[in-house]
Amino acid sequence: MTVASPSDLQPPAPNNQGPSGQGQSLGLQPEGWLRYLSFSLDHKVIGLQYLICAFLFYFLGGALAGVIRTELASPISDFVSRETYNEVLTLHGTVMIFLWIVPVVNGAFGNYLIPFYVGARDMAFPRLNAVAFWLIPPAGILLISSYFIKGGAAQSGWTAYPPLSITTPALGQVIWILSVLLLGGSSIFGGINFIATILKLRRPGLQLMQLPMYCWAMLGTSILVVLSTPVLAGTLILLSFDIIAHTGFFNPALGGNVVVYQHLFWFYSHPAVYIMVLPAFGLVSEILPVHARKPLFGYTTMVYSILAIVVLGLVVWAHHMFTSGTPPWMRLFFTIATSFIAVPTGIKFFNWLATLWGGKIALNSAMLFACAFIVNFVFGGITGVALAQVPFDIHVHDTYFVVGHFHYIVYGGTVFVIFSSVYHWYPKFTGRMLNEDLGRLHFLLTFVGFNLCFAPQHWLGLNGMPRRVAEYDPAFTTWNQVSSVGALLMAISTLPFLINVVVSAFNGKPAGANPWNALTPEWLTSSPPPVENWIGEAPLVTHPYGYGTPADRIDLGNATGEQIWGDSRR
Amino acid sequence: MPIPSALITLLLGMALVLAGLWVGYNVSLLPVDASSNAPVYDALFRVLFSIGTILFIGIVGLLLFSLVRFRRREGDLADGAAIEGNLPLEIVWTAIPAVVVLFVGIYSYDIYERMGGMTPLNDHSAMHANHSALGSAEQPGTAAAIQAGSVSIQAAAVAPTGDGPSTGDGKPPSRVWAGIGAGSDQQGALSVDLTAMQFAFIFHYPQANIISGELHVPIDRQVALRMEARDVIHAFWVPQFRLKQDVIPGQPTLLNFTATRPGTYPIVCAELCGPYHGGMRSSVVVHEPADFEAWLSKNTPAPPPTVASSNSTPTA
Amino acid sequence: MTSLAPATSNTPELSSGEATHGSSHAEQDHGAHSDARLFGLATFLVADGMTFAGFFAAYLTFKAVNPLPEGSNYQLELLLPSLNTLLLVISSFTFHRAGRGLLRGDGPSCRRWLLITAALGLAFLGGQMVEYFHLPFGLTDNLFASTFYALTGFHGLHVTLGVICILIVWWQTRSGGRIEATSPFGLEAAELYWHFVDGIWLVLFGILYLL
Repeated sequence: MTVASPSDLQPPAPNNQGPSGQGQSLGLQPEGWLRYLSFSLDHKVIGLQYLICAFLFYFLGGALAGVIRTELASPISDFVSRETYNEVLTLHGTVMIFLWIVPVVNGAFGNYLIPFYVGARDMAFPRLNAVAFWLIPPAGILLISSYFIKGGAAQSGWTAYPPLSITTPALGQVIWILSVLLLGGSSIFGGINFIATILKLRRPGLQLMQLPMYCWAMLGTSILVVLSTPVLAGTLILLSFDIIAHTGFFNPALGGNVVVYQHLFWFYSHPAVYIMVLPAFGLVSEILPVHARKPLFGYTTMVYSILAIVVLGLVVWAHHMFTSGTPPWMRLFFTIATSFIAVPTGIKFFNWLATLWGGKIALNSAMLFACAFIVNFVFGGITGVALAQVPFDIHVHDTYFVVGHFHYIVYGGTVFVIFSSVYHWYPKFTGRMLNEDLGRLHFLLTFVGFNLCFAPQHWLGLNGMPRRVAEYDPAFTTWNQVSSVGALLMAISTLPFLINVVVSAFNGKPAGANPWNALTPEWLTSSPPPVENWIGEAPLVTHPYGYGTPADRIDLGNATGEQIWGDSRR
Repeated sequence: MPIPSALITLLLGMALVLAGLWVGYNVSLLPVDASSNAPVYDALFRVLFSIGTILFIGIVGLLLFSLVRFRRREGDLADGAAIEGNLPLEIVWTAIPAVVVLFVGIYSYDIYERMGGMTPLNDHSAMHANHSALGSAEQPGTAAAIQAGSVSIQAAAVAPTGDGPSTGDGKPPSRVWAGIGAGSDQQGALSVDLTAMQFAFIFHYPQANIISGELHVPIDRQVALRMEARDVIHAFWVPQFRLKQDVIPGQPTLLNFTATRPGTYPIVCAELCGPYHGGMRSSVVVHEPADFEAWLSKNTPAPPPTVASSNSTPTA
Repeated sequence: MTSLAPATSNTPELSSGEATHGSSHAEQDHGAHSDARLFGLATFLVADGMTFAGFFAAYLTFKAVNPLPEGSNYQLELLLPSLNTLLLVISSFTFHRAGRGLLRGDGPSCRRWLLITAALGLAFLGGQMVEYFHLPFGLTDNLFASTFYALTGFHGLHVTLGVICILIVWWQTRSGGRIEATSPFGLEAAELYWHFVDGIWLVLFGILYLL
C-alpha cells in the first residue's frame, strides 16, 4: 500500500460477504423488466434507469432542436410564434443539459461502472441513489408540462438572466426554477454518493492510483457538483423570490443588481461544462485502451490533469461575462485562468494520442465515436481558447460562434462519447452485441450531420448572427440552411441507432462475459452481471490497463485468467 | 530508420506551420472592418486562426495516421506494446500548450490594451471629451453654434443621469460600470447616449439634442456611447466594428469607438431580450465629416433646446 | 455490506442500504458504515455551506457596489443577536455533552442534555422572531432588507430542521430506541449538523451584523 487512504483504517467493508443474503433482499424487488420501473436499489438497474430515461429526454430535446432548426431554415419568423420559439430554445437547453447529458455521463455510466471499478457490490448509499434518480422523471415532466400551462414555459433561455426572467410569464419561470432545483438536488445526491463510494468503498488492497480513470473523472466531477450546484440552487431561490415575492435582488427597478446573478449563475454553469465533459474524458480513457490494446498512456499525469481542471474550472466563470460590464482586471484574470485550462486538457489529448500510437486499433463503432470525439473536441477546444481571450470574445460573445463552440464541446465531445460508451458497454448491459454495420452507419450520419450542422455556425457568428433569434439577416440564409440540413441528418442518424439497440437486445450475437478482452473489473463477471456484481469475491484489479503485460504480472485476486483474458492470452 | 523519420517529422512540422499560417492569413471569415478597433481585432484573429489550424491539422493528422498505421490486422490477437508513459514526452506536451497559451494570453492582452480595454472608465473622461469638443476650432459654423448652445444642456444632462432611479442611491453621479474605453480621453469625441428597450435602440445626441433610431457618426472621430437599458439586458453589437457591450438596466456602460469606413452597418441586439429579440436591429451610418454635419443640422430640432427638454436621459 | 437489502432497522435517511443484514461481523462493520455515512453527511454539509457561501458572496457584492439610498441605512440592534449567538454557541457544547453521555451509556444524562440543546435552539428561534418583529424594514423594502431576511431566514430554516432532528434523536435515545451507545450514528449526524449550523451562524453574524 503506497497510497494511504482513509479506508485503510477500516475493516473491509464491501466485499467480504459473498452473495449471501441477496436472495432474501431481492425478494422485495420486482423481477425482469419491471425492475426498471421500480424503486430498485441495485446500482446497475439505477444506471440503466438513468440511461433510458435520459435517452427519452434526449429525443425530446432533439425534437426541440428540430423546431429551432426548422424555424431558422428561413430568415423570417414563420414556423412558430416568437414566444414559442423562446420557450423552445429554453426547453432545449434545459432538457439537453439537465435531463440528458448530466444524467447520462454521471448518473447512468457512473452508477453502472463506479461500484465495479472500486470493487464494491453497490454504491455507498443505494437508497439515496434511487431517490436521486427518481427525482429526475418528475422534474422533467414538470418542466415539459409548463409548456402547456397558461403563459407557457420559461422564455428566458437556460441562463434565465434577470430582469428578463422576472418580466416574462411568471408561472413558467417558477416551474422552470423548481424543476432545475429538483434536478440540482438529484445531481448533488449523486455527487455525494460517488465521492463516498470512490473514497470509502474501495475493495481492500485497491489503491487510489490503481483506479480506472473514470473513477478519477467522477471524483473530480462530483467535487465540482458538490461545490457549485448549491450556489445555483441558492441563486435560483433568490430569483424565485424576485418573481414571487417581488424582492429586488436582481431587479434593477428595485435597486437590485443583474450582474450579481450572472456571477452566481456562471459559478455553477461553467463548472457544469466540466460536469458534462470530465466524465466523458473518463469514459474515453476506458474505451481507447481496450480497443487499441495498449495501456492508458501517462496515468499519473491524466489524474493530475483532471484535478487541475477541477481547480481551474472553479475560477473561470466570468469568461461568460466579458461584455456584461465586468471591470478590466476581472476580464484579464478570467482570460488567463480560462486559457490555462487548455494545458491539462491538452495533456489529456496528447496522452490519448500516445495511447493509440503503436497499438492494435480495432476501428469498431465504439472506437469510431471515441476518435471522432477527439477530432470534435480539439476543434471545440481551440475555439474555446480563442473565446477565452477578452478581445476575441467581445466580438463573438452571444453569437452563433458560441453556439457552434459549445455544441462542439457538449455534442461533438460528450454526446459522441455517450454513443461510444453505449457501443462499448451495451454487451455488458444486455449480454448481446450491437450490430456493427448499423453502428457504422449511425456514426457516419452523426459525424457528417453534426459537422454540417455546427461548423457553419462559427462563420455565422463571426459575421453578425446573434444567438437565440427567430429571425435573421437574409444574407445568412444559405449557411443556416446547411446547418438545418445537418440537423436533419442528425435526426435521421438516431434511426439506425434505435433499431440497432432495440433489435440487438433480442437478436444480437451473444456477447459472453468479456467480448472485448478488457481488463477493467466490470468485464470480469457475466453479462449482464449478477445482482451483487460478482458471484464470488470481487477481483482485485490493480492494473486496469495492463495490456501487453504478461499475465502473471497482473494480480487479479481470485478471478480466473480465463474469465479475463478470453482467448487472446493463453 | 530513426534519422529519416526524424527528418520527415521535421519537414512535416514545418509544412504544417506554413500551411497554418497561410490559412490564417488568407482565409477570411470576418466581415469588413469599419472601425479603428477592427484591424487590431483582425490581427488577433489571424494569429489565433493560424495557431488553431496548426494544432487542429496536427492533432487530427496524428490521429488519422495512428488509426491507419496501427490498425489491427485480421487475425492479430496480440496486444500493443506495454508502454505506460514517458515522462519527458509528457513534460514536452505539457510545456507546448503552456507556452502557446502564455503567448496567446500576452498577445491578446496587448490587443486588449490597444482596444482600450484597460483604460479606466469614468464619466469624467467622457465629460472632459464633451467639453473639449465644444472648444474644437475645426467645427463648421453651424455645428459649432449648436454645440455652443449646448453647454448648459450638457451640464444639465449629466446630472440627472446619475440620479436615474435604479442607480441613484447616493453614490457619486454618473458612475459608469465598465465598457471598452479606447482612448476615452481623446479630444473631440462625439458623445451619444443610447437607451435600449424592448425592442429598439434610441440614440440621443446631447449636444445637438437629436433623438434618433439610427446611429449616425462621422468617420475618424471618436464616439463615446453611453448606454443604459430601460427594461431588460440588451447588447449593442456592430459586427463590422468588432465591438459589443451589454446594455444593462441600472448600470450605465460605456463604449468608445472610431469608425473608419463610410457606409451603413447593422446594429444587432446580442442578448436575449424577449420575443422580438431577433428583430431588435438598427443601423449605424458612418458619414464623411461634411455629411455628418449636414445630417446634424438637418435633424436638429428648430427651437433652441431648453434645459427641461434635454433631460431625456434614460430612466427605468 | 452495501447490500441491496432494504435495511433492517438502523437507517436514518442517508444511510439507507448501508445497514447490515444479519452479518456475523455486524459490530465490526458498524464502525465502517457509520464512518461512510458521516462522511456522506459531511460532504452534504460542504454542499450546503456552498449555498450559504453564494448568499454571503451576493450580500457582500451588493454591499460593495449597490449602496443603499440616502436615509435608508439601518443600524442593526446588536444586543439580541449577540445573545442569540451566545445561545447557539452554548448549544453546541450541550449537544457535545449529550453525545458524551450516550457513549458513556448514561442515557438519562444524554437525553437531558439533548432537551437543553433543543431548548436553546428554540430560544434562538424565538429571539430571531422577536428581532424580526422589531426591525424597521420589511422583506421588499430594499436590497439590504431582502438579503438580510433571505440569509437569516435560510439559516433559521436550518436551525428549525436541527431542532426537529434533535427531538427525533431524543425520541430515539429512549430505552429501546434506535440510538444507543453501540449505534450512535443518528446522534453523531445530528451533532455534526448542529455544529455546522452553529458555525454558519458565527460567519453570518460576523458578516451581517459586525461588518
